[in-house]
Amino acid sequence: MFYQLIDTGNSRSFSARHALLESAQTDGDVVIIIGEKVGHALQTLDGSERKTAVLIELGAESLGMHTGESRGAEGSNLLGFSRFRLGTDEPTRLVEVVRQPGSPATALAAAKEIFEGAGLEMAVCGDFDGRIVDRLVRPYYNAALKRLDEGLATADDLDMTLKLGLGYPEGPIALLERTGLEHHYDMTHALFEATGDPAYAPARRARVAKLRAETKA
Amino acid sequence: MTPIKTVGVAGSGTMGAGIAIVAARAGFRTIVYDTREDALARARKQTEGFFAKSVERRKLTVGQVDTILGNMSATTDIGGLKACDIVIEAVFEDLKVKHAVCAALDDVCPPHTLFASNTSTLSITEIAAGSGREDRFVGMHFCLPAQLMKLVEMSPGLRTSESSFDAAWDFCKAMGQVPVRTKDNPGFILNYFLVPFNNDAIRLVEAGVAAPADIDRAIKTALGYPMGPLELLDLVGLDTHLLVAEALYASTHEPRAAVPALVKRMIAAGQLGRKTGQGFYTYGGAAMFGG
Repeated sequence: MFYQLIDTGNSRSFSARHALLESAQTDGDVVIIIGEKVGHALQTLDGSERKTAVLIELGAESLGMHTGESRGAEGSNLLGFSRFRLGTDEPTRLVEVVRQPGSPATALAAAKEIFEGAGLEMAVCGDFDGRIVDRLVRPYYNAALKRLDEGLATADDLDMTLKLGLGYPEGPIALLERTGLEHHYDMTHALFEATGDPAYAPARRARVAKLRAETKA
Repeated sequence: MTPIKTVGVAGSGTMGAGIAIVAARAGFRTIVYDTREDALARARKQTEGFFAKSVERRKLTVGQVDTILGNMSATTDIGGLKACDIVIEAVFEDLKVKHAVCAALDDVCPPHTLFASNTSTLSITEIAAGSGREDRFVGMHFCLPAQLMKLVEMSPGLRTSESSFDAAWDFCKAMGQVPVRTKDNPGFILNYFLVPFNNDAIRLVEAGVAAPADIDRAIKTALGYPMGPLELLDLVGLDTHLLVAEALYASTHEPRAAVPALVKRMIAAGQLGRKTGQGFYTYGGAAMFGG
């Protein structure tokens, strides 16, 4: 499937060379917009309604910010997406594609063909804060940091137990320290603001890391 | 301490059958007890299937499997465990049920027999209090699937003697497992984190955030987990998850430990997971995981 790429700069999903970028054409049935200014690019895009799909990279915002919402029946050929990455880590192969109640199956099928054709894995979710992975793992990471503070076990023992017991490739403490506790703060702070759920309230260690990073800056 | 040669496993469900495989595979004479003949027969069939796969995958020879299976026996008479040097209970996560089993074991087992509990959420000290031998009682929490996973969370109760704990620790290592010492806290380490995480995954399904397959694919791809949370729940069984989560919630009152309503609806509909052929996914068989 031919697709056009509009890069508005500083994409968090595609910050380096990737097959998806290299296979783009000057025109196509699908338009992919990446970078920090997708909203502006979308507003100036002509003929978007005639495309099979328009895929826009999302940050922390809802897809509804770009489409508008009405009575829970919203949905068009415009889908959101984001390649999952943790803090300073490279983007993973996962692309979370955000749909709305009325999103057509043809748009989702086109997104799947393009993303999987570029070697990525696609998971579809509704227009919810944190989408799938952040919504699910951030409370777990918060709990691990809290229990470390409370002396349930050492950081190494916590990590080893979760690795051996569940087959996780990396324990939560090592993972958060490697990818930046301050980034965990940013994500949990945003989710706590959006949801009001105490499970997302940033853990003390993440707050400390954020304040120290700000002090250094 | 009397050397451990004969191992008893009380309960022949998913965990009990897996623990029995671990013990027998390590060369211990292993006796599995259950109140129900059909449960024992199902465990035996799954065990034979597991070892057949081990042969197919060239992890064991036919001769080795014959020896292992020859060392395994089953009984519906709790008195059949009287020759055991250690008995690991893997019955329902219900304190009254565990007390009843342990009290019955205390009547038939000699004084030197160590008791161990595979509880994942209950207090070792509280279970031991109903066992008649609190000083010889140890927490040994195996991970699912026990026949494949090396980790064992080991917890002493408040009255467990160090010599009993050390003997159980050495036995755990002799089975080829990796013991980790944890405090006698609700959920120890694994379930304290896993149960709320799995509940959160169920809540994503409940809220319509994403379909089970999308949630599992996202978690596996993004984080490299070997199984998604909903695949794991189907393997564990939603009835087992309900018991574990309710026990954890009763101990902690943490909101994320509270069982989502969808779990009870699925249980009412007979959608327990792999064992009923339907859970978050649909299955064609009930073969034991791994080999």
